Amino acid sequence: MVTATQSLRPQAGAGAFWRRLVNGDEVARLVTLAFASTVLLIVAVLVFELFRGSAVARHRFGWAFFVTQNWDPVAEQFGALPFIYGTVVTSAVALLIAVPLSLGAAVFLAELAPQRISDACTFLIELLAAVPSVIYGLMAIFTLVPLLRDYVQPFLGKTLGFLPFFQGPSFGAGYLAAGLILAVMICPFIISISREALFGVPREQREAALALGATQWESTWQVVIPHARLGIIGSVFLALARALGETMAVTMVIGNDPSIRASLFAPGYTIAAVLANEFTEATGELYLDSLVELGLVLFLLTMVINALAQLLVVLTSRRGSAHP
Amino acid sequence: MSSSSDSELTVGKPHERPRSHAGAGVRLAAAPPKMRSVNLNFYYGAFQALHDISLDFHTNRITALIGPSGCGKSTFLRTLNRIHETVRHTRVEGRILLDSEDIFQVETTTLRRRIGMVFQKSNPFPKSIADNVAYGPRVNGVRRKTDVEEVVERSLRRAALWEEVKDKLRESAYALSGGQQQRLCIARALAVDPEVLLLDEPCSALDPIATAKIEDLLFDLKDQCTIVIVTHNMQQAARVADYTGFFLLGRLVEFNTTEVIFKTPARKETEDYITGRFG
Amino acid sequence: MSLRNRWRKFLNVFMLAMTGVCAVAAVSILFLILGYLAWNGWRSLDWNFFTRLPKPPGELGGGMANAIVGSAQIVLLATLIGAPVGFFGGVYLSEFGGRGFSFVVRYVADLLNGVPSIVIGILAWTVVVVPLHRFSALAGALALGLMLIPITMRQTEQFLRDVPQSMREGALALGASKWKMIATVVVPAAMRGIATGMILGVARIAGETAPLLFTSLNNQFWSSGWNQPTASLPVMIFSHAIAPYEDWHRQAWAAGLVLLLLVLLANVAARFILSRGISAQRGYL
Repeated sequence: MVTATQSLRPQAGAGAFWRRLVNGDEVARLVTLAFASTVLLIVAVLVFELFRGSAVARHRFGWAFFVTQNWDPVAEQFGALPFIYGTVVTSAVALLIAVPLSLGAAVFLAELAPQRISDACTFLIELLAAVPSVIYGLMAIFTLVPLLRDYVQPFLGKTLGFLPFFQGPSFGAGYLAAGLILAVMICPFIISISREALFGVPREQREAALALGATQWESTWQVVIPHARLGIIGSVFLALARALGETMAVTMVIGNDPSIRASLFAPGYTIAAVLANEFTEATGELYLDSLVELGLVLFLLTMVINALAQLLVVLTSRRGSAHP
Repeated sequence: MSSSSDSELTVGKPHERPRSHAGAGVRLAAAPPKMRSVNLNFYYGAFQALHDISLDFHTNRITALIGPSGCGKSTFLRTLNRIHETVRHTRVEGRILLDSEDIFQVETTTLRRRIGMVFQKSNPFPKSIADNVAYGPRVNGVRRKTDVEEVVERSLRRAALWEEVKDKLRESAYALSGGQQQRLCIARALAVDPEVLLLDEPCSALDPIATAKIEDLLFDLKDQCTIVIVTHNMQQAARVADYTGFFLLGRLVEFNTTEVIFKTPARKETEDYITGRFG
Repeated sequence: MSLRNRWRKFLNVFMLAMTGVCAVAAVSILFLILGYLAWNGWRSLDWNFFTRLPKPPGELGGGMANAIVGSAQIVLLATLIGAPVGFFGGVYLSEFGGRGFSFVVRYVADLLNGVPSIVIGILAWTVVVVPLHRFSALAGALALGLMLIPITMRQTEQFLRDVPQSMREGALALGASKWKMIATVVVPAAMRGIATGMILGVARIAGETAPLLFTSLNNQFWSSGWNQPTASLPVMIFSHAIAPYEDWHRQAWAAGLVLLLLVLLANVAARFILSRGISAQRGYL
């Protein structure tokens, strides 16, 4: 009939044609495989370079690195304890503030708010997660720090000054400032994931509690939240991992003082902050290697916590229930 | 078995044809079957879904495969163009022949140009109507714009869709109704000029009017290709098909001309199914 | 009503109201930030800001033109490095992947995603800055590009998976080979989502500061090539914010406003594109 049709009938040289087509698919598979494998390569190189780049410090200090308090570049004494302490304290403060706040917001958005308001608010909160860290830092330096220095910290000192956490002079910048800005930054993650976890609780659970005469709050607090606890805890771990690695906002308000003090008003230092501030200033191999070793510590810490978080979130979505 | 059986076929639509058919024997074609399955067994992992299926698909005839849900008729249809290979852990034993060639020895892209498939739920691509129909030819090497346009028009005419879409060829395929989308999928399948056309319950999601249009279409297409249709609608099989095969629990229980299957089935299971005792 | 029941009723109303307060607080933070940046930054946004180089402290009329161009430069190269790798990797995971290997790749990609950005900076430093003995836009672009890879890979995979299997079978049944099916049907069908994922990923890396601190460093002047320290918007904001000069603070606010608006705009646009796409293609979902 028409040449176009006839060209579609199988050709005589089907063998060569066949080979080429098969190769086309094989080539595609191999090429995309290569690209997918790059993540494996990247992480392998990362781990390798972190170990290699910290070798001098590791051999010199050994495990004592983690318990030495002294960070003195001039005297070539490097101890990680102040940074580990600072990282832990700021993250703890951040979680203490963020978790109740975020859980409350998540409960409101999942249980109380009408669907459209809930979706709109969640959208806005997820936009918060997209705000760059340096912008949070900018806000913190010029609004949070003066606020703390002039009003909040003196107030806390007067009312709760018997606790060692709230003693001492208040400069504004310090553990509390860093903890607060971190809390603001990790809220969106906890809210968004906890909201999903709460949505996953079957309606029958809620209704069973209410049918027994519980108030809505009691049903939420005693039945729904425990049911969703795996997902909620997962979100907290995820937020913790982010808080540990958060650099810019913390650097701008922590005070950059490598010492260990009990008071939250005092300036301190975190692993990420010292890397940001001193990496380009580091002279000498030992100094640099000590910093890289801090980077290695940060990497391992966040890796472990992220893995735990993922496990919990996956478990929730898979089982949909609280029972491990 | 005279070879003049072809003259028995009248040009009218199925519902216009005179009700009386010739006896069973006259319709059996003397020519070798276009496709033939020989002792076909099919496994999903360890589960055997098809047992020893042997049947012939005669050239330029419509063969219907009927049976209750889960009996394996769709599974069997999907082996005919080897589309089952997209699913993991499937295994096939036995042979399927297309013009005496074993389809498992032919390269799949070549095979699927000769055997076309229309799916249960219409699946047009997110492209324009013309691009949907042109997809097959383009992928198989047709380059010149005029050739492509010609194939598109011819295929849409064969699918009885041309008049309805000729002014909106550039519009998205999703703008069409369900019945039109399915006819578009038929046009798309026809565009590569297949020798065999497989249809997997093509009308199950359509209303009676759209269904009638497609059945008329099949009747017209029969002259140009061999048609195999899976259907759960017995009346459809009775209206449209020359041959019918009844499947049950992965086995081919009975295969014969439609006349025999529906009027004088040999097996009790067939009779029970036809009369509606189950399924 | 008994005392206990009255307490329960009170607690109910109180706690539920508190959750509302928490939600309001969380949402208002966004507006607070935007408002504050707008209030403080708007006044400093003038023509000079976009066209002039930074001036020494004390001199007025400086701008951040080099930082804007530098950021664009670095982010562009980072996208060229990271986006294709992520895209093709995602294609592999969705269309070709073997069960075990895909699991490992996905796990490692998520791991890489969770690595603090400053550690990625260390990696780029050891791989580019140290051998070349200089800070460069190239190193900065590599750091950001590495961050983009896992993001785009998982996004691409996700949207490709969402394409219904019937579409793949439809293409194969017409005689298309597997790679042709992927290229001409599956990828175009998922393109909207993939593009959205890329936009979001690029917006994320555009705001990153830490990985640039010791890779592309900073530059008060125009950088004359890829192999030079290069100014970038986030690093400029940082350095100006911690400096003791009032004028520099105002510049930091202005730059912050520009950066935030760009990032938020990209996010909102991406969501908008995605939601339009979903409703338009309801036909095949």
